[in-house]
Amino acid sequence: MSPKAMNALAPAATPPELIRNFCIIAHIDHGKSTLADRMLQLTGIVDERAMRAQYLDRMDIERERGITIKSQAVRMPWESAGTTYALNMIDTPGHVDFTYEVSRSLAACEGAVLLVDAAQGIEAQTLANLYLAMENELTIIPVLNKIDLPAAQPDLFAEELAGLIGCQPEDCLRVSGKTGEGVEHLLDEIVRQMPPPVGDPNAPARAMIFDSVYDTYRGVVTYVRVIDGKLSPRERIAMMSTKATHELLEIGVSSPEPTPSDGLGVGEVGYLITGVKDVRQSKVGDTVTNSAKPAAQALGGYRDPKPMVFSGLYPIDGSDYPLLRDALDKLKLNDAALVYEPETSAALGFGFRIGFLGLLHLEIVRERLEREFNLDLISTAPSVVYEVTMEDRKVVTVTNPSEYPVGKVAEVREPVVRATVLAPKDYIGTIMDLCQERRGDLQGMDYLSENRVELRYRLPLAEIVFDFFDNLKSRTRGYASLDYDVDGEQAADLVKVDILLQGEQVDAFSAIVHKDKAYAYGVMMAGKLKDLIPRQQFEVPIQAAIGARIIARENVRAIRKDVLAKCYGGDITRKRKLLEKQKEGKKRMKMVGRVEVPQEAFIAALSSDAEAAGDKAAKK
Amino acid sequence: MPSTLPDGDPAPADGSLPDSALAGARERSFGVYLHVPFCAVRCGYCDFNTYTATELGGGGSQAAFAATAALEVELAGKVLGAAARPAATVFVGGGTPTLLPPGDLAALLDAVRATFGLEPGAEVTTEANPDSVTPEGLAALAAAGFTRVSFGMQSAVPTVLAVLERTHDPDRVPRAVAWARQAGLDVSLDLIYGAPGESLDDWRRSLDAALACAPDHVSAYALIVEEGTRLAGQVRRGTLPAPDDDDQAAKYELADDVLGAAGYGWYEVSNWARGAQHACLHNLAYWRGGDWWGVGPGAHSHVGGVRWWNVKHPTAYAQRLGAGHSPAHAREVLTEEDRYVEDVLLRSRLAEGVALRRLRPQGLEAVPSLVADGLLAAGAAQGPGGAAVLTRRGRLLADAVVHRLLGA
Ligand SMILES: Nc1nc2c(ncn2[C@@H]2O[C@H](COP(=O)(O)OP(=O)(O)O)[C@@H](O)[C@H]2O)c(=O)[nH]1
Ligand SMILES: C[S@@+](CC[C@H](N)C(=O)[O-])C[C@H]1O[C@@H](n2cnc3c(N)ncnc32)[C@H](O)[C@@H]1O
Ligand code: SF4
Ligand SMILES: [Mg+2]
Repeated sequence: MSPKAMNALAPAATPPELIRNFCIIAHIDHGKSTLADRMLQLTGIVDERAMRAQYLDRMDIERERGITIKSQAVRMPWESAGTTYALNMIDTPGHVDFTYEVSRSLAACEGAVLLVDAAQGIEAQTLANLYLAMENELTIIPVLNKIDLPAAQPDLFAEELAGLIGCQPEDCLRVSGKTGEGVEHLLDEIVRQMPPPVGDPNAPARAMIFDSVYDTYRGVVTYVRVIDGKLSPRERIAMMSTKATHELLEIGVSSPEPTPSDGLGVGEVGYLITGVKDVRQSKVGDTVTNSAKPAAQALGGYRDPKPMVFSGLYPIDGSDYPLLRDALDKLKLNDAALVYEPETSAALGFGFRIGFLGLLHLEIVRERLEREFNLDLISTAPSVVYEVTMEDRKVVTVTNPSEYPVGKVAEVREPVVRATVLAPKDYIGTIMDLCQERRGDLQGMDYLSENRVELRYRLPLAEIVFDFFDNLKSRTRGYASLDYDVDGEQAADLVKVDILLQGEQVDAFSAIVHKDKAYAYGVMMAGKLKDLIPRQQFEVPIQAAIGARIIARENVRAIRKDVLAKCYGGDITRKRKLLEKQKEGKKRMKMVGRVEVPQEAFIAALSSDAEAAGDKAAKK
Repeated sequence: MPSTLPDGDPAPADGSLPDSALAGARERSFGVYLHVPFCAVRCGYCDFNTYTATELGGGGSQAAFAATAALEVELAGKVLGAAARPAATVFVGGGTPTLLPPGDLAALLDAVRATFGLEPGAEVTTEANPDSVTPEGLAALAAAGFTRVSFGMQSAVPTVLAVLERTHDPDRVPRAVAWARQAGLDVSLDLIYGAPGESLDDWRRSLDAALACAPDHVSAYALIVEEGTRLAGQVRRGTLPAPDDDDQAAKYELADDVLGAAGYGWYEVSNWARGAQHACLHNLAYWRGGDWWGVGPGAHSHVGGVRWWNVKHPTAYAQRLGAGHSPAHAREVLTEEDRYVEDVLLRSRLAEGVALRRLRPQGLEAVPSLVADGLLAAGAAQGPGGAAVLTRRGRLLADAVVHRLLGA
C-alpha cells in the first residue's frame, strides 16, 4: 500500500487485469469532487502546487452551480500489494435530466463507489443511479463520506445502505474527502473488490462513447471505453450509428491533463479527437470501430437523446434575435440533446421553440444564454409533447399549446414518468397530497430505514414540469428528494385553455391542462394578468376560454387620469425628462392588439412562482 | 421650484448666454421670477426648495436675502445687456415670500424696476401663506407695486389640512382675501385635492369655501407624492394610503363642474380664471415658451432656448453672488427637437391648445384619432386656424395625448 505508484502503466500496453474502471455515484454536495481531489493527490498525478479545489469541474457553470454536467475520465496509477494498477475514474453527471448520460457512464465501468454524506443519508437521485448501476451488474462499494463532521451518523446510514444493496453495515467504508482519512484504503478496496475489464483483444475494435465535449481549441473531444480490439493514432474510425468516418487525429488518456498515447486497448478509457466540430457527430452511446475492419455489431444501448420538455425562448429586445440564434448554434456544439427551431409568437415576436431533456437542462441552457451571451430572455411556460388524435384519425404532435389542433379531438396522449420520492416518514401524507393533486398514481412505498421512506409514483410529466419540485421541497421543508424517469404515455382528459386580451388571443399564455384544472388555470391566469397589465385608456377585458367557451373573466378598468408631469413652476426640464422616461418605458411594452403589455407582465405571468413574480412586477 | 435639480451642462461662471439666446429677444415677452426659499415649517408633501429657520441655523440669511437676490437682478441686467427689456410679469414665489418683511419684497421689486423697468400694467404677484399676512402688510405690498396675491389655501377641511400638515386656521383664508381686496390686489387661491382621507364631500366643501371668497383665479392641483418628502415615507410605510388616480379624476371633474358653474373658465389644466383678463400671465409665459429670469436659490430661467437653474442652497447662492459669480448651477441649450417636444408638452395643457400649424406631420396625423377617442375637441381642430385642444377627458389623460402627438 504505497501512496504513489512509482511507475505508471503505459496506455495501449496495459493488460486488462491491471485495469479498474469505476465511477462515483453521489448526490450533489455529498462530496464527489472533494473525494476526487484527494485521489488525484494521493495517486500523485496532480502535485501539491497545481492542486486546486474541485479540480475536475472545469466548466464555470459547474463550479458555480455545484453541478457536474459533463463527465470526464481520469487515469490514475495506484500501487496495491506490490502491483501497479491503472484506475480509471469516470465522473457521472448527477441529475435526473441526464439519466441517459449516466447510464452510459455506468456502462463504461465494472464498479461503482456509492458515496453518501454520513450526515445526510442517501437521496432519491442517488438511489435511482444506484439501481441503474445494480441493473448494469456493477460491483458496488458503499462509502460514507464526511465522517469528520460532528453531525455524521455513520452507523445509522451504514444500516440504511446495507439494507439497500444487501451487504453488511460493516462493509461500508468510511472516509473523509476533506481530511483524506480512509481514501487510501478505498483505493485499495477498488482494486481488490472490483473485477477487471474483459474483452477480445483480437476482435475488430469496438469502443463505446460515454461522453462528448466541445472544446473551442480542439473541436469535439470524445470519451470512450474500449470493449474489444484496439484503437490507434491516425487510423480511420467509423461511428456505427451514422456510418460516418473520421481520421483519429489524437488519442490519449486524461491524467488529468490530456496526454496523447499510442492508442487504447481492451478495457481502457481515454479520449479521441477527430476534428469534428459538433457533438452530434460523436454521440453518447454510439460505438466507434475501425472503418477498414469494422465490427459486425454495435454495442447495445444506444439511444438518441429525446427532448421531453419544450419552451419558447424570446429575446426581450426583439433586435437580439440573431444573437440568440448564434448563441444557440454555439451551445448546440456541446449539447447533443439541445434541439430548437424558429418560432413566432404574436405576443412575443421572433424566438425559438427549444426542446430540453428536463427542467434542469432548461434552466442551465437559459442561464448560459443569459450569462455567457448577455441576452435578456423571456421563456414561455414549459410544455411537454402531446399526441393529439383527431376524429378523422389524423395524429398531430403538439410541443407548443398554439399547435393544438382545432376540430374534433378523439384522444390526447401525454408522457408519463416513474417518480421516486425519498423523505422522512413524517412527510408521507404531505407528499401523497401533492402527488394526488398532480394526478399521480401510487405504485408502492418502502421503508429505507425506520425513519425514511421511498414512495414510487406514476405521474404525468406535464405535472412535474410546472413547479412540482419547488412545491415538494417547500412542503417537506427541503427534506424530500425526487427522481424521475420517462415511463411511456397515457391518454388523458386534456384541454387547451386560451387567454384573450380584449378578445385577442395571446398565444404565449395558452396552456394544455387537465379538464379538471382548466377552470383553476383560467381563473389564476386571468387574475394574475389583471394585476400585471397596467390600466389603459380603454377598458381591457381578460378572458380565459376553452375553444369558444369562456371559463373566467376579469377586467382592467380604463385609466381616468395620467396627467402627472409637474403642474407648477418653471422647471420645464424636469417635465420633459419625465416625458422621455415614460417614452422609454413604452418601448419595453409589447402590443397585443391595442393593449400595451409590459415585458415584466409576460415574465411574471409566465414564471411559475406567481407570488414572487407579482411582487417583482409591482415594484417596477 | 421643486427641489431636485436636473442634470445639465456646466454653466459659465459669469452667467453669459450664447448669442443665439439673445437674438431677437426684444420681440419676446420677458418676466422675472423671484424665489424666496423660506418657510415657517415644512409641509409633509412639499419638495420645493425651501428651508426653515432652524435648518438655516437661526435664519440669519433670511435677513440678508433681499440684498443678495438684488445682486442677481443686477447680474441679469448685465448678462442680458442690449436684450434687457421691461418686465411684463413679476412673480415672487417660494417657499413663503411673505415671511420676509413687506419692505424686503418692495426692495426686490424696486431692484427689478431699476434694472429692467416694468411694462405699463405689468402683473406683479406674490405667493402668500394665509397665516403670514396682515392687512397692513398686504397694503404695503400693494403700495410697492404688487397687483396680485396667490394664497396657499389648499383645503377648507381641518382634517385634510392636518394630513397636509398645514398650520393655518381655515377661517383665516376669507379674512386674508378680504384684506387683499381692501388693498386692491387681485386674488388667487391654491387648492390641493386627493389627499389621503379626503372625501368627495370634503373636496366639495373646499371648493365652495374657495368660491365663497370670490377669488379672481383658482389653481387646483392633484396631490403628488414627491420622492423624499415625509408624505412619501408615510405612504411607503403604509401609515397613509397613496392617492388614488380614480378619486383624483373624480375630484378634478367636480372642480371643473363647480368652478365652471361659478363662472371660472379653465385656461390651463390646473388653472381657472374669472375671465381671461384674470389668467396668470406669468405662468402663461412658462407654457408659451416665453423668456424669464429666475432669481434666487434653485430658481429656473429660460431665455431664447437656453434653460438654466441656480444652486439650491441659500448659503451657496449667497457665496456665489458675493464672489461676483453667477449662481447658475447648470444649464441646457435646447435642441430643435427639445423645443418641439416642449412646445407640444406645454402648449397642449392650455385652453388655447397647440396650433395645428405648429405640429409636425406625425402629430397632425394623430389628431383625428385623438378626436375620435374623445381626447381632443373636434370643433377646435377644424380649419386652417385649428388647434389641438384637450377635452375634459383629454385634460385628465394629457400625458397620453402628448405621447400620441409626439408619435410615441
Ligand atoms: N466536513 C467535510 N466536508 C466535506 C467533505 N467532503 C466534501 N465536503 C464539503 O461538502 C461540500 C460539497 O462537496 P463537493 O465535493 O463539491 O460535492 P459534490 O457536489 O458531490 O462534488 C463542499 O463544501 C465540501 O467542502 C468531507 O469529507 N468532510
Ligand atoms: C410654491 S407652492 C407654495 C406656496 C406657499 N408656500 C403655500 O404653500 O401656500 C405653490 C403651490 O403648489 C402646490 N403644491 C405644492 N406641493 C404640492 C404637491 N406635492 N402636490 C400638489 N400640489 C402641490 C400647493 O397648492 C402650493 O400652494
Ligand atoms: S408652506 Fe408652501 S412652500 Fe413652504 S413647505 Fe409648505 S407647501 Fe412648501
Ligand atoms: Mg462536484
